[in-house]
Amino acid sequence: MTNSVLVNKLSKTYGKKKEIKAVTEISFEVSQGELFGIIGPDGAGKTSLFRMLTTLLLPDSGNAFVDGSDIVKDYKAIRNKVGYMPGRFSLYQDLSVEENLDFFATIFNTTIEKNYDLIKDIYVQIEPFKTRKAGKLSGGMKQKLALSCALIHRPVILFLDEPTTGVDAVSRKEFWEMLKRLKQQGITILVSTPYMDEAGLCDRIGLMQQGQLLSVGTPAEITDAFKQTILDIKADNMYKLLNDLNAFGEVENAYSFGEYHHAVMKENYNEQALQQYLEGKGNRQLVIQQTRPTVEDSFMQLMKQ
Amino acid sequence: MANDIIIQTEQLTKRFGDFIAVDHISFNVYKGEIFGFLGANGAGKTTAMRMLCGLSLPTSGKATIAGCDVYKQTEHIKRSIGYMSQKFSLYEDLTVKENIRFYAGIYGKSDAFIKDKTARLLKELHLKNEANKLVGSLPLGWKQKLAFSVAIFHEPQIVFLDEPTGGVDPVTRREFWNLIYEASATGITIFVTTHYMDEAEYCNRVSIMVDGRIDALDTPVALKQKFNAASMDEVFLHLARKATRVES
Repeated sequence: MTNSVLVNKLSKTYGKKKEIKAVTEISFEVSQGELFGIIGPDGAGKTSLFRMLTTLLLPDSGNAFVDGSDIVKDYKAIRNKVGYMPGRFSLYQDLSVEENLDFFATIFNTTIEKNYDLIKDIYVQIEPFKTRKAGKLSGGMKQKLALSCALIHRPVILFLDEPTTGVDAVSRKEFWEMLKRLKQQGITILVSTPYMDEAGLCDRIGLMQQGQLLSVGTPAEITDAFKQTILDIKADNMYKLLNDLNAFGEVENAYSFGEYHHAVMKENYNEQALQQYLEGKGNRQLVIQQTRPTVEDSFMQLMKQ
Repeated sequence: MANDIIIQTEQLTKRFGDFIAVDHISFNVYKGEIFGFLGANGAGKTTAMRMLCGLSLPTSGKATIAGCDVYKQTEHIKRSIGYMSQKFSLYEDLTVKENIRFYAGIYGKSDAFIKDKTARLLKELHLKNEANKLVGSLPLGWKQKLAFSVAIFHEPQIVFLDEPTGGVDPVTRREFWNLIYEASATGITIFVTTHYMDEAEYCNRVSIMVDGRIDALDTPVALKQKFNAASMDEVFLHLARKATRVES
Protein backbone atom coordinates (compact mmCIF):
# COMPACT_ATOMS: atom_id res chain seq x y z
CA MET A 1 0.00 0.00 0.00
CA THR A 2 1.18 3.49 -0.75
CA ASN A 3 1.07 6.48 1.53
CA SER A 4 -1.86 8.74 1.10
CA VAL A 5 -0.85 11.12 3.86
CA LEU A 6 2.65 11.49 5.28
CA VAL A 7 3.18 13.85 8.20
CA ASN A 8 6.67 14.58 9.49
CA LYS A 9 7.28 16.57 12.71
CA LEU A 10 4.56 19.03 11.88
CA SER A 11 4.18 21.94 14.34
CA LYS A 12 1.91 24.95 14.66
CA THR A 13 1.88 27.72 17.24
CA TYR A 14 -0.29 30.78 17.71
CA GLY A 15 0.24 34.10 19.43
CA LYS A 16 2.78 36.90 19.09
CA LYS A 17 5.41 35.01 21.02
CA LYS A 18 4.32 31.64 19.65
CA GLU A 19 3.26 30.86 23.18
CA ILE A 20 0.24 28.75 22.25
CA LYS A 21 1.38 25.36 21.03
CA ALA A 22 -1.49 23.92 19.00
CA VAL A 23 0.38 21.08 17.29
CA THR A 24 3.82 19.88 18.39
CA GLU A 25 6.05 17.73 16.17
CA ILE A 26 3.40 15.34 14.99
CA SER A 27 4.38 12.46 12.69
CA PHE A 28 2.18 9.73 11.22
CA GLU A 29 1.26 8.05 7.95
CA VAL A 30 -2.06 7.09 6.46
CA SER A 31 -2.24 4.41 3.78
CA GLN A 32 -4.36 4.60 0.68
CA GLY A 33 -7.94 3.52 1.30
CA GLU A 34 -7.54 3.64 5.06
CA LEU A 35 -10.10 5.03 7.50
CA PHE A 36 -7.89 6.87 9.99
CA GLY A 37 -9.26 8.49 13.15
CA ILE A 38 -7.72 11.32 15.16
CA ILE A 39 -9.23 10.88 18.60
CA GLY A 40 -8.96 13.61 21.19
CA PRO A 41 -10.88 16.15 23.30
CA ASP A 42 -11.61 19.76 22.38
CA GLY A 43 -8.41 21.79 22.32
CA ALA A 44 -6.18 18.80 21.46
CA GLY A 45 -5.14 20.39 18.15
CA LYS A 46 -7.23 18.26 15.79
CA THR A 47 -8.61 21.19 13.80
CA SER A 48 -5.20 22.90 13.43
CA LEU A 49 -3.78 19.63 12.13
CA PHE A 50 -6.61 19.19 9.60
CA ARG A 51 -6.37 22.80 8.45
CA MET A 52 -2.64 22.40 7.77
CA LEU A 53 -3.19 19.19 5.82
CA THR A 54 -5.92 20.81 3.74
CA THR A 55 -3.58 23.80 3.03
CA LEU A 56 -5.74 26.33 4.89
CA LEU A 57 -3.04 27.02 7.47
CA LEU A 58 0.74 27.16 7.16
CA PRO A 59 2.81 25.06 9.57
CA ASP A 60 5.60 26.66 11.67
CA SER A 61 7.90 23.72 11.03
CA GLY A 62 7.96 20.17 9.77
CA ASN A 63 6.42 19.01 6.52
CA ALA A 64 3.62 16.88 5.19
CA PHE A 65 2.54 15.30 1.92
CA VAL A 66 -1.01 14.66 0.86
CA ASP A 67 -1.35 12.23 -2.05
CA GLY A 68 2.29 12.95 -2.86
CA SER A 69 1.93 16.74 -2.89
CA ASP A 70 3.72 19.06 -0.44
CA ILE A 71 1.20 20.95 1.72
CA VAL A 72 3.14 24.23 1.33
CA LYS A 73 4.54 24.17 -2.22
CA ASP A 74 1.82 22.19 -3.97
CA TYR A 75 -1.18 23.62 -2.17
CA LYS A 76 -3.12 24.18 -5.39
CA ALA A 77 -2.81 20.53 -6.42
CA ILE A 78 -3.97 19.40 -2.98
CA ARG A 79 -7.04 21.62 -3.06
CA ASN A 80 -8.20 19.84 -6.20
CA LYS A 81 -7.92 16.37 -4.80
CA VAL A 82 -9.08 16.59 -1.19
CA GLY A 83 -12.53 17.03 0.26
CA TYR A 84 -12.83 18.87 3.56
CA MET A 85 -15.79 19.03 5.91
CA PRO A 86 -15.06 21.56 8.65
CA GLY A 87 -16.38 21.15 12.18
CA ARG A 88 -18.59 24.17 11.91
CA PHE A 89 -21.33 24.10 9.26
CA SER A 90 -19.82 26.17 6.46
CA LEU A 91 -22.24 25.91 3.57
CA TYR A 92 -24.27 28.83 2.28
CA GLN A 93 -27.29 29.05 4.57
CA ASP A 94 -29.25 31.18 2.10
CA LEU A 95 -28.78 28.82 -0.84
CA SER A 96 -30.96 25.76 -1.24
CA VAL A 97 -29.70 22.21 -0.80
CA GLU A 98 -29.38 21.73 -4.54
CA GLU A 99 -27.83 25.18 -5.13
CA ASN A 100 -25.11 24.46 -2.57
CA LEU A 101 -24.26 21.16 -4.19
CA ASP A 102 -24.30 22.69 -7.66
CA PHE A 103 -22.06 25.54 -6.47
CA PHE A 104 -19.39 23.19 -5.12
CA ALA A 105 -19.55 21.03 -8.26
CA THR A 106 -19.13 24.11 -10.46
CA ILE A 107 -16.10 25.57 -8.65
CA PHE A 108 -14.37 22.24 -9.12
CA ASN A 109 -15.29 22.28 -12.81
CA THR A 110 -17.60 19.31 -12.67
CA THR A 111 -21.32 18.59 -12.45
CA ILE A 112 -23.63 16.84 -10.01
CA GLU A 113 -24.59 14.33 -12.74
CA LYS A 114 -21.01 13.34 -13.40
CA ASN A 115 -20.29 12.24 -9.82
CA TYR A 116 -23.79 11.43 -8.66
CA ASP A 117 -22.95 7.75 -8.12
CA LEU A 118 -20.51 8.70 -5.36
CA ILE A 119 -22.95 10.76 -3.31
CA LYS A 120 -26.17 8.99 -4.26
CA ASP A 121 -26.30 6.90 -1.11
CA ILE A 122 -26.13 10.01 1.11
CA TYR A 123 -27.85 12.55 -1.10
CA VAL A 124 -31.06 10.59 -1.68
CA GLN A 125 -31.84 11.05 2.01
CA ILE A 126 -31.96 14.85 1.63
CA GLU A 127 -33.09 15.04 -2.00
CA PRO A 128 -36.78 15.37 -1.01
CA PHE A 129 -35.77 18.70 0.59
CA LYS A 130 -33.57 19.93 -2.25
CA THR A 131 -35.39 23.26 -2.62
CA ARG A 132 -35.09 24.04 1.10
CA LYS A 133 -32.54 26.63 2.22
CA ALA A 134 -29.53 24.99 3.85
CA GLY A 135 -29.97 27.19 6.93
CA LYS A 136 -33.40 25.64 7.54
CA LEU A 137 -32.17 22.05 7.66
CA SER A 138 -31.93 19.97 10.84
CA GLY A 139 -28.50 19.03 12.20
CA GLY A 140 -28.55 15.56 10.70
CA MET A 141 -29.52 16.83 7.25
CA LYS A 142 -26.93 19.63 7.29
CA GLN A 143 -24.32 17.01 8.01
CA LYS A 144 -25.43 14.90 5.02
CA LEU A 145 -25.41 17.94 2.73
CA ALA A 146 -21.95 19.00 3.93
CA LEU A 147 -20.64 15.50 3.25
CA SER A 148 -22.21 15.48 -0.22
CA CYS A 149 -20.59 18.86 -1.01
CA ALA A 150 -17.21 17.61 0.22
CA LEU A 151 -17.49 14.61 -2.12
CA ILE A 152 -18.95 16.12 -5.28
CA HIS A 153 -15.57 16.63 -7.00
CA ARG A 154 -14.61 13.01 -6.31
CA PRO A 155 -11.66 13.65 -3.96
CA VAL A 156 -9.05 10.97 -3.35
CA ILE A 157 -8.79 11.92 0.33
CA LEU A 158 -11.57 13.12 2.58
CA PHE A 159 -10.94 15.16 5.75
CA LEU A 160 -13.84 15.21 8.20
CA ASP A 161 -13.37 17.41 11.26
CA GLU A 162 -15.60 16.24 14.11
CA PRO A 163 -18.55 15.26 11.92
CA THR A 164 -20.40 13.64 14.84
CA THR A 165 -19.96 16.25 17.59
CA GLY A 166 -23.26 17.19 19.21
CA VAL A 167 -25.05 14.55 17.17
CA ASP A 168 -27.21 11.96 18.93
CA ALA A 169 -26.27 8.28 19.16
CA VAL A 170 -28.60 7.18 16.34
CA SER A 171 -27.35 9.75 13.81
CA ARG A 172 -23.76 9.01 14.83
CA LYS A 173 -24.25 5.36 14.01
CA GLU A 174 -25.79 6.20 10.64
CA PHE A 175 -22.91 8.54 9.83
CA TRP A 176 -20.29 5.87 10.49
CA GLU A 177 -22.21 3.46 8.27
CA MET A 178 -21.99 6.05 5.48
CA LEU A 179 -18.22 6.34 6.02
CA LYS A 180 -17.79 2.59 5.79
CA ARG A 181 -19.54 2.56 2.42
CA LEU A 182 -17.38 5.45 1.17
CA LYS A 183 -14.28 3.58 2.22
CA GLN A 184 -15.37 0.65 0.06
CA GLN A 185 -15.19 3.02 -2.90
CA GLY A 186 -11.48 3.41 -2.22
CA ILE A 187 -11.47 6.91 -0.72
CA THR A 188 -8.93 7.54 2.03
CA ILE A 189 -10.70 9.08 5.01
CA LEU A 190 -9.23 11.08 7.90
CA VAL A 191 -11.80 11.77 10.57
CA SER A 192 -11.47 13.47 13.94
CA THR A 193 -13.72 12.88 16.94
CA PRO A 194 -13.86 13.50 20.68
CA TYR A 195 -15.90 10.29 21.15
CA MET A 196 -13.61 7.49 22.30
CA ASP A 197 -16.18 4.83 21.46
CA GLU A 198 -15.87 5.72 17.75
CA ALA A 199 -12.21 4.64 17.74
CA GLY A 200 -13.17 1.02 17.18
CA LEU A 201 -14.82 1.94 13.86
CA CYS A 202 -11.50 3.13 12.35
CA ASP A 203 -8.79 1.00 10.73
CA ARG A 204 -6.12 2.88 12.66
CA ILE A 205 -6.24 5.75 15.11
CA GLY A 206 -4.01 8.44 16.57
CA LEU A 207 -4.76 9.53 20.13
CA MET A 208 -4.21 13.27 20.42
CA GLN A 209 -3.92 15.46 23.50
CA GLN A 210 -2.43 18.94 23.98
CA GLY A 211 -0.99 19.09 20.48
CA GLN A 212 0.75 15.75 20.64
CA LEU A 213 0.06 12.25 19.41
CA LEU A 214 0.09 9.96 22.43
CA SER A 215 -0.10 6.79 20.37
CA VAL A 216 -0.80 5.57 16.82
CA GLY A 217 -1.97 2.11 15.78
CA THR A 218 -4.95 -0.12 15.21
CA PRO A 219 -7.47 0.01 18.06
CA ALA A 220 -6.37 -3.52 19.03
CA GLU A 221 -2.68 -2.56 19.08
CA ILE A 222 -3.42 0.38 21.33
CA THR A 223 -5.49 -1.57 23.82
CA ASP A 224 -3.02 -4.51 23.75
CA ALA A 225 -0.32 -2.11 24.93
CA PHE A 226 -2.30 -1.68 28.13
CA LYS A 227 -0.60 -4.32 30.26
CA GLN A 228 -2.19 -3.98 33.66
CA THR A 229 -5.30 -5.80 34.80
CA ILE A 230 -8.54 -3.87 34.80
CA LEU A 231 -11.40 -4.99 37.00
CA ASP A 232 -15.06 -4.19 36.46
CA ILE A 233 -16.51 -3.48 39.89
CA LYS A 234 -19.97 -2.47 40.98
CA ALA A 235 -21.84 -2.22 44.28
CA ASP A 236 -24.99 -0.71 45.75
CA ASN A 237 -23.46 2.75 46.25
CA MET A 238 -21.23 3.56 43.30
CA TYR A 239 -19.96 6.91 44.61
CA LYS A 240 -18.84 5.40 47.90
CA LEU A 241 -17.33 2.45 46.05
CA LEU A 242 -15.22 4.77 43.90
CA ASN A 243 -13.80 6.58 46.92
CA ASP A 244 -13.06 3.26 48.65
CA LEU A 245 -11.31 1.90 45.55
CA ASN A 246 -9.09 4.95 45.17
CA ALA A 247 -8.08 4.64 48.84
CA PHE A 248 -6.93 1.02 48.42
CA GLY A 249 -3.16 0.45 48.08
CA GLU A 250 -3.32 -2.16 45.32
CA VAL A 251 -5.50 0.02 43.11
CA GLU A 252 -3.44 2.28 40.90
CA ASN A 253 -6.40 4.19 39.52
CA ALA A 254 -10.17 3.79 39.64
CA TYR A 255 -12.77 5.67 37.63
CA SER A 256 -16.37 5.30 36.58
CA PHE A 257 -17.03 3.42 33.37
CA GLY A 258 -20.70 3.09 32.52
CA GLU A 259 -22.43 0.52 34.68
CA TYR A 260 -19.18 -0.46 36.44
CA HIS A 261 -16.14 1.26 37.83
CA HIS A 262 -12.84 0.35 36.24
CA ALA A 263 -10.06 -0.36 38.71
CA VAL A 264 -6.57 -0.45 37.20
CA MET A 265 -4.67 -2.83 39.47
CA LYS A 266 -1.02 -2.77 40.49
CA GLU A 267 1.06 -5.86 39.79
CA ASN A 268 0.61 -8.82 42.16
CA TYR A 269 -2.67 -7.56 43.50
CA ASN A 270 -4.83 -9.98 45.44
CA GLU A 271 -8.45 -10.14 44.37
CA GLN A 272 -9.59 -11.76 47.59
CA ALA A 273 -7.98 -9.05 49.67
CA LEU A 274 -9.70 -6.43 47.54
CA GLN A 275 -13.07 -8.10 48.00
CA GLN A 276 -12.59 -8.39 51.77
CA TYR A 277 -11.53 -4.76 51.99
CA LEU A 278 -14.55 -3.54 50.01
CA GLU A 279 -16.98 -5.70 51.98
CA GLY A 280 -15.39 -4.48 55.22
CA LYS A 281 -16.06 -0.92 54.08
CA GLY A 282 -19.75 -1.76 53.83
CA ASN A 283 -20.11 -2.14 50.04
CA ARG A 284 -23.00 -4.49 49.28
CA GLN A 285 -24.09 -6.41 46.17
CA LEU A 286 -20.46 -6.40 45.16
CA VAL A 287 -19.55 -7.67 41.67
CA ILE A 288 -15.87 -7.97 40.69
CA GLN A 289 -14.78 -9.34 37.32
CA GLN A 290 -11.88 -8.97 34.92
CA THR A 291 -12.43 -6.89 31.83
CA ARG A 292 -10.50 -5.89 28.73
CA PRO A 293 -9.15 -2.36 28.36
CA THR A 294 -10.89 -0.07 25.87
CA VAL A 295 -9.39 2.80 23.88
CA GLU A 296 -10.77 5.16 26.53
CA ASP A 297 -8.79 3.30 29.25
CA SER A 298 -5.66 3.55 27.11
CA PHE A 299 -6.25 7.24 26.48
CA MET A 300 -6.59 8.01 30.17
CA GLN A 301 -3.45 6.07 31.01
CA LEU A 302 -1.47 7.83 28.27
CA MET A 303 -2.76 11.21 29.47
CA LYS A 304 -1.25 10.56 32.90
CA GLN A 305 2.20 9.75 31.56
CA MET B 1 -36.20 12.30 51.66
CA ALA B 2 -36.28 10.02 48.63
CA ASN B 3 -39.98 10.67 48.26
CA ASP B 4 -39.90 14.46 48.23
CA ILE B 5 -41.06 15.39 44.75
CA ILE B 6 -39.17 18.40 43.39
CA ILE B 7 -40.33 18.32 39.76
CA GLN B 8 -43.82 17.18 38.88
CA THR B 9 -45.36 17.33 35.43
CA GLU B 10 -48.79 16.17 34.33
CA GLN B 11 -49.71 15.96 30.63
CA LEU B 12 -47.29 18.82 29.96
CA THR B 13 -47.56 19.87 26.31
CA LYS B 14 -46.05 22.47 24.00
CA ARG B 15 -47.32 23.12 20.51
CA PHE B 16 -45.82 25.36 17.85
CA GLY B 17 -48.68 25.73 15.38
CA ASP B 18 -49.54 22.21 14.20
CA PHE B 19 -46.31 20.80 15.56
CA ILE B 20 -46.47 19.12 18.97
CA ALA B 21 -42.92 19.55 20.28
CA VAL B 22 -43.70 18.11 23.71
CA ASP B 23 -46.61 15.70 23.78
CA HIS B 24 -48.40 15.18 27.13
CA ILE B 25 -45.44 14.20 29.29
CA SER B 26 -46.02 13.19 32.92
CA PHE B 27 -43.21 12.39 35.33
CA ASN B 28 -41.78 13.12 38.77
CA VAL B 29 -38.23 13.87 39.86
CA TYR B 30 -37.26 13.43 43.51
CA LYS B 31 -35.12 15.65 45.69
CA GLY B 32 -31.41 14.87 45.47
CA GLU B 33 -31.88 12.62 42.47
CA ILE B 34 -29.57 12.57 39.44
CA PHE B 35 -32.10 12.47 36.63
CA GLY B 36 -30.92 11.79 33.07
CA PHE B 37 -33.07 13.35 30.37
CA LEU B 38 -32.22 11.62 27.10
CA GLY B 39 -33.55 11.75 23.57
CA ALA B 40 -32.40 12.04 19.98
CA ASN B 41 -31.88 15.47 18.38
CA GLY B 42 -35.31 16.92 17.74
CA ALA B 43 -37.13 14.69 20.26
CA GLY B 44 -38.26 17.71 22.29
CA LYS B 45 -35.72 17.78 25.14
CA THR B 46 -34.80 21.43 24.84
CA THR B 47 -38.42 22.57 24.59
CA ALA B 48 -39.32 20.53 27.67
CA MET B 49 -36.35 21.89 29.62
CA ARG B 50 -37.24 25.46 28.71
CA MET B 51 -40.71 24.97 30.16
CA LEU B 52 -39.31 23.43 33.35
CA CYS B 53 -36.94 26.38 33.75
CA GLY B 54 -39.78 28.89 33.44
CA LEU B 55 -38.47 30.22 30.12
CA SER B 56 -41.35 29.05 27.94
CA LEU B 57 -45.06 28.77 28.79
CA PRO B 58 -46.69 25.37 28.21
CA THR B 59 -49.64 25.08 25.82
CA SER B 60 -51.42 22.78 28.24
CA GLY B 61 -50.85 20.47 31.18
CA LYS B 62 -49.43 21.14 34.63
CA ALA B 63 -45.99 21.35 36.17
CA THR B 64 -44.52 22.44 39.47
CA ILE B 65 -40.81 23.05 39.93
CA ALA B 66 -39.55 23.26 43.51
CA GLY B 67 -43.14 23.92 44.53
CA CYS B 68 -43.63 26.73 41.97
CA ASP B 69 -46.18 26.71 39.19
CA VAL B 70 -44.73 26.94 35.65
CA TYR B 71 -47.50 29.29 34.50
CA LYS B 72 -47.70 31.75 37.37
CA GLN B 73 -44.43 31.61 39.28
CA THR B 74 -41.74 31.67 36.61
CA GLU B 75 -39.64 34.26 38.48
CA HIS B 76 -39.66 32.09 41.60
CA ILE B 77 -38.58 29.14 39.51
CA LYS B 78 -35.62 31.01 38.07
CA ARG B 79 -34.44 31.84 41.58
CA SER B 80 -34.76 28.23 42.75
CA ILE B 81 -32.79 26.65 39.94
CA GLY B 82 -29.35 26.76 38.39
CA TYR B 83 -28.68 26.26 34.68
CA MET B 84 -25.63 25.37 32.67
CA SER B 85 -25.39 24.78 28.93
CA GLN B 86 -22.52 23.52 26.83
CA LYS B 87 -22.39 26.58 24.61
CA PHE B 88 -22.93 29.61 26.79
CA SER B 89 -22.01 29.36 30.39
CA LEU B 90 -19.43 31.92 31.45
CA TYR B 91 -18.12 35.24 30.15
CA GLU B 92 -14.78 34.54 28.48
CA ASP B 93 -13.61 38.14 28.85
CA LEU B 94 -14.22 38.26 32.59
CA THR B 95 -11.86 36.64 35.10
CA VAL B 96 -12.75 33.58 37.14
CA LYS B 97 -13.49 35.76 40.17
CA GLU B 98 -15.49 38.30 38.19
CA ASN B 99 -17.69 35.57 36.71
CA ILE B 100 -18.47 34.20 40.16
CA ARG B 101 -19.13 37.70 41.50
CA PHE B 102 -21.38 38.50 38.52
CA TYR B 103 -23.58 35.41 38.73
CA ALA B 104 -23.84 35.45 42.52
CA GLY B 105 -24.75 39.14 42.29
CA ILE B 106 -27.57 38.40 39.85
CA TYR B 107 -29.01 35.98 42.37
CA GLY B 108 -28.83 38.69 45.05
CA LYS B 109 -26.25 37.03 47.27
CA SER B 110 -24.55 39.21 49.92
CA ASP B 111 -20.93 40.34 49.61
CA ALA B 112 -19.98 38.36 52.71
CA PHE B 113 -21.56 35.18 51.31
CA ILE B 114 -19.84 35.65 47.96
CA LYS B 115 -16.44 36.36 49.47
CA ASP B 116 -16.52 33.41 51.81
CA LYS B 117 -17.87 30.93 49.28
CA THR B 118 -15.58 32.09 46.47
CA ALA B 119 -12.53 31.35 48.60
CA ARG B 120 -13.79 27.86 49.39
CA LEU B 121 -14.74 27.17 45.79
CA LEU B 122 -11.39 28.27 44.33
CA LYS B 123 -9.64 25.99 46.79
CA GLU B 124 -11.85 23.00 45.99
CA LEU B 125 -11.41 23.42 42.25
CA HIS B 126 -7.65 24.08 42.60
CA LEU B 127 -8.15 27.38 40.81
CA LYS B 128 -6.57 29.70 43.40
CA ASN B 129 -3.76 30.69 41.05
CA GLU B 130 -6.20 31.27 38.20
CA ALA B 131 -8.62 33.46 40.17
CA ASN B 132 -7.61 36.60 38.29
CA LYS B 133 -7.15 35.03 34.89
CA LEU B 134 -9.65 35.46 32.07
CA VAL B 135 -12.00 32.51 31.77
CA GLY B 136 -11.27 32.45 28.03
CA SER B 137 -7.69 31.40 28.75
CA LEU B 138 -8.68 28.27 30.72
CA PRO B 139 -8.80 24.78 29.18
CA LEU B 140 -12.31 23.60 28.28
CA GLY B 141 -12.47 21.03 31.08
CA TRP B 142 -11.72 23.64 33.74
CA LYS B 143 -14.27 26.01 32.24
CA GLN B 144 -16.96 23.37 32.45
CA LYS B 145 -16.13 22.50 36.05
CA LEU B 146 -16.14 26.18 36.94
CA ALA B 147 -19.40 26.73 35.06
CA PHE B 148 -21.05 23.96 37.05
CA SER B 149 -19.82 25.41 40.34
CA VAL B 150 -21.11 28.83 39.31
CA ALA B 151 -24.48 27.32 38.37
CA ILE B 152 -24.92 25.95 41.91
CA PHE B 153 -23.18 28.84 43.70
CA HIS B 154 -26.48 30.37 44.86
CA GLU B 155 -27.45 26.99 46.35
CA PRO B 156 -30.42 26.24 44.11
CA GLN B 157 -32.74 23.30 44.74
CA ILE B 158 -32.35 22.00 41.19
CA VAL B 159 -29.64 22.41 38.59
CA PHE B 160 -30.33 21.85 34.88
CA LEU B 161 -27.30 20.71 32.86
CA ASP B 162 -27.63 20.71 29.08
CA GLU B 163 -24.89 18.51 27.59
CA PRO B 164 -22.29 19.69 30.10
CA THR B 165 -19.51 17.33 29.01
CA GLY B 166 -19.53 17.55 25.19
CA GLY B 167 -15.98 17.42 23.81
CA VAL B 168 -14.40 17.20 27.26
CA ASP B 169 -11.48 14.75 27.71
CA PRO B 170 -12.22 11.45 29.46
CA VAL B 171 -10.41 12.29 32.70
CA THR B 172 -12.04 15.71 33.11
CA ARG B 173 -15.42 14.23 32.16
CA ARG B 174 -15.16 11.95 35.17
CA GLU B 175 -13.99 14.76 37.45
CA PHE B 176 -17.06 16.64 36.29
CA TRP B 177 -19.29 13.74 37.29
CA ASN B 178 -17.64 13.65 40.71
CA LEU B 179 -18.80 17.25 41.16
CA ILE B 180 -22.30 16.12 40.19
CA TYR B 181 -22.25 13.31 42.75
CA GLU B 182 -21.04 15.71 45.45
CA ALA B 183 -23.78 18.23 44.66
CA SER B 184 -26.37 15.47 44.65
CA ALA B 185 -25.14 14.28 48.07
CA THR B 186 -25.84 17.76 49.49
CA GLY B 187 -29.46 17.47 48.34
CA ILE B 188 -29.31 19.39 45.05
CA THR B 189 -31.38 17.69 42.36
CA ILE B 190 -29.52 17.19 39.08
CA PHE B 191 -31.41 17.23 35.78
CA VAL B 192 -28.94 16.40 33.01
CA THR B 193 -28.92 15.74 29.26
CA THR B 194 -26.03 13.99 27.50
CA HIS B 195 -25.05 12.23 24.29
CA TYR B 196 -22.59 10.00 26.17
CA MET B 197 -24.47 6.82 26.95
CA ASP B 198 -21.99 5.73 29.62
CA GLU B 199 -23.07 8.83 31.53
CA ALA B 200 -26.68 7.64 31.40
CA GLU B 201 -25.50 4.77 33.61
CA TYR B 202 -24.39 7.28 36.28
CA CYS B 203 -27.93 8.62 36.73
CA ASN B 204 -30.33 7.36 39.40
CA ARG B 205 -33.11 7.34 36.84
CA VAL B 206 -33.26 8.05 33.14
CA SER B 207 -36.07 9.12 30.84
CA ILE B 208 -35.91 8.71 27.06
CA MET B 209 -37.90 11.05 24.84
CA VAL B 210 -39.04 9.98 21.39
CA ASP B 211 -41.15 12.23 19.14
CA GLY B 212 -42.14 14.51 22.02
CA ARG B 213 -43.24 11.71 24.33
CA ILE B 214 -41.46 10.02 27.21
CA ASP B 215 -41.21 6.43 25.96
CA ALA B 216 -39.26 5.02 28.89
CA LEU B 217 -38.43 6.10 32.42
CA ASP B 218 -36.71 3.98 35.04
CA THR B 219 -33.38 3.16 36.65
CA PRO B 220 -30.65 2.17 34.15
CA VAL B 221 -30.67 -1.37 35.57
CA ALA B 222 -34.44 -1.75 35.11
CA LEU B 223 -34.35 -0.26 31.60
CA LYS B 224 -31.64 -2.67 30.50
CA GLN B 225 -33.66 -5.56 31.91
CA LYS B 226 -36.86 -4.39 30.28
CA PHE B 227 -35.31 -4.07 26.83
CA ASN B 228 -33.03 -7.06 27.27
CA ALA B 229 -30.03 -4.83 26.50
CA ALA B 230 -26.41 -5.03 27.62
CA SER B 231 -25.94 -1.28 27.87
CA MET B 232 -27.86 2.00 27.94
CA ASP B 233 -26.51 2.61 24.44
CA GLU B 234 -28.56 -0.36 23.20
CA VAL B 235 -31.65 0.78 25.10
CA PHE B 236 -31.33 4.23 23.55
CA LEU B 237 -30.83 2.95 20.01
CA HIS B 238 -33.76 0.57 20.38
CA LEU B 239 -36.12 3.38 21.38
CA ALA B 240 -34.76 6.27 19.34
CA ARG B 241 -34.84 4.27 16.10
CA LYS B 242 -38.61 4.03 16.46
CA ALA B 243 -38.90 7.78 15.97
CA THR B 244 -41.17 8.64 13.07
CA ARG B 245 -40.97 12.40 13.35
CA VAL B 246 -39.30 13.90 10.29
CA GLU B 247 -36.54 16.23 11.40
CA SER B 248 -37.57 19.75 10.51
